[in-house]
Amino acid sequence: MNISFDGLFALAASTARDLSNIERGDHDPQQRGFNARNIELAFDGAVDPYFEGFANIVFKLDNDNNTDVEVEEAFLQTTSLPFNLQLKAGQFFAAFGRINPTHPHTWDFADAPIVHALLLGSDGLRGVGAQMSWIVPMPWYSQLIFGVQNGRGNTGYSFRNPGDGGMFFNRRTTDRELRGLEDFVWIPRWENSVDLSPTQVVLAGVSGAFGSNETGGNSRTQIYGADLLYKWKSANAEGGFPFVKWQTEFMYRRFEAGRGMKESFPVAETFHDWGLYSQVLWGFKKGWVVGIRGDHYDAEDSRFTDDLDRQSRERISANLTWYPTEFSKIRLQYNHDFLDDTFFLAGRDVDSVFLQFEFILGSHGAHKF
Amino acid sequence: MKKFLFVLFSFVCAISVQAKLNVVATLPDFGSLAREIGGDKIDIVVLAKATEDPHFVDARPSFVVSLRNADVLIDGGAELEIGWLPPLLQNARNPKIEIGKPGRVQASQGIRLMNVPANVTRAAGDVHALGNPHFTVDPIIAKAIAQHIAQSFATLDPSNAAFYQGNYKKFEATINAKLQGWGAIMQSYQGEHVAAYHDSWPYFAHRFGVSIDIFLEPKPGIPPSPSHLSEVIGQMKSYHVKAIIVEPYHDRRIAEKVARSTGAKVVDFSQFPGGIPGTDSYVSLIDQLVKRLADALK
Repeated sequence: MNISFDGLFALAASTARDLSNIERGDHDPQQRGFNARNIELAFDGAVDPYFEGFANIVFKLDNDNNTDVEVEEAFLQTTSLPFNLQLKAGQFFAAFGRINPTHPHTWDFADAPIVHALLLGSDGLRGVGAQMSWIVPMPWYSQLIFGVQNGRGNTGYSFRNPGDGGMFFNRRTTDRELRGLEDFVWIPRWENSVDLSPTQVVLAGVSGAFGSNETGGNSRTQIYGADLLYKWKSANAEGGFPFVKWQTEFMYRRFEAGRGMKESFPVAETFHDWGLYSQVLWGFKKGWVVGIRGDHYDAEDSRFTDDLDRQSRERISANLTWYPTEFSKIRLQYNHDFLDDTFFLAGRDVDSVFLQFEFILGSHGAHKF
Repeated sequence: MKKFLFVLFSFVCAISVQAKLNVVATLPDFGSLAREIGGDKIDIVVLAKATEDPHFVDARPSFVVSLRNADVLIDGGAELEIGWLPPLLQNARNPKIEIGKPGRVQASQGIRLMNVPANVTRAAGDVHALGNPHFTVDPIIAKAIAQHIAQSFATLDPSNAAFYQGNYKKFEATINAKLQGWGAIMQSYQGEHVAAYHDSWPYFAHRFGVSIDIFLEPKPGIPPSPSHLSEVIGQMKSYHVKAIIVEPYHDRRIAEKVARSTGAKVVDFSQFPGGIPGTDSYVSLIDQLVKRLADALK
């Protein structure tokens, strides 16, 4: 069994007094000063000849230095199903896009893309469920993935999420038990990859997440995503450098906001929200990476519903990361948030600087593509 | 319908008659040995490039397809590929290449690895707990790996077993004959100290009687620092070191700088056939390495 321990910290400076309103990912820096938002124990190994097991237990220190514990992932995966099939079951990140299925310490930036945090949720879309994947017998890499999860609570943010204090998008939520198959979140994904040349790879995927939400008796949510990754790596790479990596994700959400519990909200609305981010990373010499990222999030305006998470926003970020080895990193990141004048964010643009640092103890972490 | 089924049936038969063994090798040295044994009876895919750092290869999705289709996987088995092979194997879902099956050849099997650390600590850099994994450059070890490959191919493709065993015998005879020649060339340089960028050469040094024991990297995988390099330059001068070995993915400029201050020559080496010009097979690789080193030590 492989055991590892990962500590990810950030020192934050920002012109925003309440950084947690700006940085919406739950592992992002949440206050000025020091942050410890991702301290992780990871286990993996063969269970027996039929299964492999994985578990990630995350500890987070909140802004009052109290410890939150999160069973981020704990699942088993088959090793020997026929017909190129693989079954996964337990608590796991949904296979939606590029960022969602990965752990924060593998991210190329110190915080989550805005669209990811606001459509899939601050902790990403994850939950208890099952997932079947099939490698399509094609000459190139083509994989179909089909997952189903309860989608309940904050980790099913746009789905059966009762919201903070029983409110979501100003509606009093229903928080009901599962009524049938339509209340699960169904998560299909199709990804394809080809090698353009011995040094260039492209990976493209489309994802969906379909289920109910809690703002009405029959309110539904659909999220669609498309993602693209291009990577060039030198034929004479040392330690994986130099490389250039371009990653873009687009997401669109159709959210039927009902009239809330007992039809207490005056209107039912349907929101069409979308966003994207695009980032380029350049590993220019061994251990050194510079990155730039642009974020755009467009929430449909409403005369009835006012919510922090329904504010359109844009952001640009730039960073420089030094990896002394693959077991440690130090990252300096600058963010500029463009904010409109609203009730919540008061229209003043925000500048933030993060100094992120990480160490990993234990087994050699293998790198997924 | 019957006609269609017949056509389909003959098509399937044709495929299965002509089917070659699908072989995947993680690294080009294993791929080259597999070609010696398998000849035209196998189709081979090599994952890592001969010119890139074998510790850090991207786990490309296309590798999953190759591994899914593999009848045989040849890997080092000594954790050199630990940073990229495990997620590929998890995704490939191919029981034929599980450890313990005839379709899995782990090159380190039966080989006593050198420099096994008494204490495994990452404070010592990128040390491998099982020992130094760069062993194929010792021709006697290469024979052992080739033999395991021949056994695997013969088990999985019994109709060509004699072909594989014959190729192994041929390879063994070539290496035995060549060892005489290589030994003769290196005879005059026994015990000479040689510098290298990374500690990839203990097996080669042991076989040919030189000491490759001064490294530009202060610790395995850690980039050379100015203070370490000045130490290296002092050591090289006191041992009269004439050669600095670099591999295709190392920063040659650093080696050149050290060479200028010591009068040594930079010698381009590769662990992998194809990593330097004129090395399309295992034997031609060792030919080149021996020739290049001897030229530099003259």
